Amino acid sequence: MTPETREVQVLRERGQREVFCGLTGIVWLHRKIQDAFFLVVGSRTCAHLVQSAAGVMIFAEPRFATAIIDERDLAGLADANEELDRVVGRLLERRSDIKMLFLVGSCPSEVIKLDLGRAAQRLSRIHSPRVRVLNYSGSGIETTFTQGEDACLAALLPEMSASDAKELLVVGALADVVEDQFRRLFARLGVGPVRFLPPRQSGELPGVGPGTRFILAQPFLADTVVALERRGATRIAAPFPLGVEGTTGWFQAAAAAWGKAPEDVARELAPEIARAKTALAPKAAALAGKTIFFFPDSQLEIPLARFLARETGMRPLEIGTPYLHRALLSEELPLLPADALLSEGQDVERQLDRLRAARPDLTVCGLGLANPLEAEGLATKWSIELLFAPIHGFDQAADLAELFRRPLERRRRLAA
Amino acid sequence: MQLTLWTYEGPPHIGAMRVATAMRDLHYVLHAPQGDTYADLLFTMIERRDRRPPVTYTTFQARDLGGDTAELFKTAAREAYERFRPTAMIVGASCTAELIQDDPGGLARTLGLPIPVVALELPAYQKKENWGAAETFYRLVRGLAGGAPVVPPRAAGRAPTCNILGPTALGFRHRDDVAEISALLRKMGIEVSIVAPLGASPADLVKLGEADFNVVLYPEIALPAAQWLERKFGRPYTRTVPIGRLATAEFVAEVAALAGVDPALGQGGDAARSEWYAKSVDSGYLTGKRVFVFGDATHAIAAARIAAEEIGFDVVGLGTYSREFARETRAAAQRYGIEALITDDYLDVEAAIAAAQPELVLGTQMERHIAKRLGVPCAVISAPVHVQDFPARYSPQMGHEGANVLFDTWIHPLMMGLEEHLLAMFREDFEFNDRAAPSHLGAKAAPTESAAKLVASAVPPQTATSDAILAWASEAELELKKIPFFVRGKARRNCETYARERGVRLITVETLYDAKAHFSR
Ligand code: SF4
Ligand code: SF4
Repeated sequence: MTPETREVQVLRERGQREVFCGLTGIVWLHRKIQDAFFLVVGSRTCAHLVQSAAGVMIFAEPRFATAIIDERDLAGLADANEELDRVVGRLLERRSDIKMLFLVGSCPSEVIKLDLGRAAQRLSRIHSPRVRVLNYSGSGIETTFTQGEDACLAALLPEMSASDAKELLVVGALADVVEDQFRRLFARLGVGPVRFLPPRQSGELPGVGPGTRFILAQPFLADTVVALERRGATRIAAPFPLGVEGTTGWFQAAAAAWGKAPEDVARELAPEIARAKTALAPKAAALAGKTIFFFPDSQLEIPLARFLARETGMRPLEIGTPYLHRALLSEELPLLPADALLSEGQDVERQLDRLRAARPDLTVCGLGLANPLEAEGLATKWSIELLFAPIHGFDQAADLAELFRRPLERRRRLAA
Repeated sequence: MQLTLWTYEGPPHIGAMRVATAMRDLHYVLHAPQGDTYADLLFTMIERRDRRPPVTYTTFQARDLGGDTAELFKTAAREAYERFRPTAMIVGASCTAELIQDDPGGLARTLGLPIPVVALELPAYQKKENWGAAETFYRLVRGLAGGAPVVPPRAAGRAPTCNILGPTALGFRHRDDVAEISALLRKMGIEVSIVAPLGASPADLVKLGEADFNVVLYPEIALPAAQWLERKFGRPYTRTVPIGRLATAEFVAEVAALAGVDPALGQGGDAARSEWYAKSVDSGYLTGKRVFVFGDATHAIAAARIAAEEIGFDVVGLGTYSREFARETRAAAQRYGIEALITDDYLDVEAAIAAAQPELVLGTQMERHIAKRLGVPCAVISAPVHVQDFPARYSPQMGHEGANVLFDTWIHPLMMGLEEHLLAMFREDFEFNDRAAPSHLGAKAAPTESAAKLVASAVPPQTATSDAILAWASEAELELKKIPFFVRGKARRNCETYARERGVRLITVETLYDAKAHFSR
């Protein structure tokens, strides 16, 4: 904990939100856990959302689908639970490779009070030992965008066996390449054993208990944190591993929990830091002094703004976040530039008014807003890409900066 | 409950959005949770629109459910009116809001807004996108033109007039179809009064009853409105959708009769090239190619006809996800001696395509996935489509130029005639292996292991059940492998049909050549 935690001024907004619901997390989670399948229990809207958010990115047959509730289910003509059992049966028959099935709740399933927890237990019994069936909510009335991953990871907790081993648990879906880098670095630092949540295979779920020290790789995991702490695990407070500074702080914090001396860790990380800084320098030069405006979306906004401000010299004007979890961001908030407006929640029309008044050099926003803003002459970066691209860690710091440089570079090239 | 991997249509409120986004000066207030705002990206990303759809979402959350979601709706509607100053408004609910029964129409009325407010009832658990678009357009037309006076049709000496009905935002090539058909009508001396919903304002809709007749470009969307305009104002509407050379000629005749002009004015002339292209000798290799067609009913029925009558393909599958037009599609399929596939279940379509073993698939973006996995060429003929199906270039599906575009886009993915022969003759050539793709398309994924598996798993049981004991001798299998992959499916099928008809249980090399002789009559 930083002692001099600055009082952060926050603009709280409540109005129309222009953010995806938690179902969206399926788009990256189904690629991460390779033997898991995500079955949304919802409406045609939910099916359409997931397929539209996945868009052109899905080349292989997806490991997600929707059980679409129809009027027969609503009118009680069909027993919704029997229907669900039938759908799951058909699905598992078709996909013999599936070992874990998530029933993902939606607004409609919640409003009609379909008990997916009970359904998951029942289906687990029917299909055990081949398939474990779990459930969580990705509904738009309960979850915003990345909170879907939080709910999914929290749902994995009861599946994790009790363990007294002293282990480091890295929490939050990371690109496989980043995970491998982190594994190597932890080994060099003498920190470990290291486990990851979510795992790549459902059978590799780590154990959890009082020996577990966990560190967040993503800032949007509040419920998972609570669930882990309830199992006796201890959180290692750290900045998020975005950018050189954040990644250094993150490794230092983990190493400190393993009793490593900061100087030794610094010596070990020095070549990584040097390489990352060399790669970052030209990108940072292109971004220095440029203003940036974040719409609330992934909850990554605060660590990203910190990185861009401190390592590239960009000037955040407004940093929007759907939710502000102060405790989880305690290492981040003090590092934000004092003159940036922090906003929590959203009233999209009013925020657009502020944006048009501020006319930043770059706007980070969702897919629905990007092209219209470009047409108004504002350069944009779509935030969803930040969840799909490897951006964490030393070797990705320059790639992360490049995501913000590219739209500006395009404008420069196409200006003539 | 229906297991759905991909959906062909969104929910009905997406249809309403397609109408609202197509129009000017109209605003849509939608009672919906935050996730439903994803719909904006359909228009801004897939269609690359430069403006946000004119939609305000209430984005209620769980904590609002116990409290006052109705108040939330009223605030959203009031603020939307003040901010956007539309000249008319539509209000409605998405799937979740339908369950909480707040009655957006009634709530909006209590606001006393000084503009017409049309309430939409779009049952989200029953209906889908196209129905939603049709219902929205119909309600809007009725709501806005309902009070307009019935004026007598055209006075003598004045040019005939018509409206074009049906094009929306996110429509497959709607922009270009409108340009093509407007130009055709103008060439025939017919004035196009109003195009709607695309580009129309509420004030335009009020005057829809004035034109002499209506051109229905997309029956899935415009039919209920056109029927109402006929009942209310006595204005007839067109029945032919001008997709393809023959249908365009019939459309010209129909329009000429309605407008009282000379049909010769609507001939394609030098611009109509597809007929000659199809007749030229190098197109010979297209003869009898097996094609599977799936899409919305209008495009699928039209595509099947073009395939059969204008290009000389064999139509081996025809289907639609538009249940509303099942009857028309069944009737069309009968003409090709096949049974229509009426389904919105992607898995059924996948199985049907695998079983039919086509050489070309004409479908939506979903069938493109299927075709890619099966290693079969594919061209897109219908929504739903992706960003690349909104091309920068002019690329209509309708009218004379549309017929040219269709010929080009369907032929392009195929193996050229001579190349096909060379492959057959020199099949041992190391570069001419199974993975060879049409050379003008560069390196492309050829059918893979998974494709084979898919075929195996997707073939519906009935093809196997009649006599499950049908087997292939190993030399016959080897001989079959020498046939280039893109005709192998057909060969295998022919052999099996031949064997089954004759009660042959083991297919040998002899059976293979007997079958070849039999089918090459
Ligand atoms: S681009 Fe092609 S392969 Fe990719 S998702 Fe779209 S249709 Fe499928
Ligand atoms: S907001 Fe609710 S209804 Fe809409 S897509 Fe998300 S879960 Fe489905």
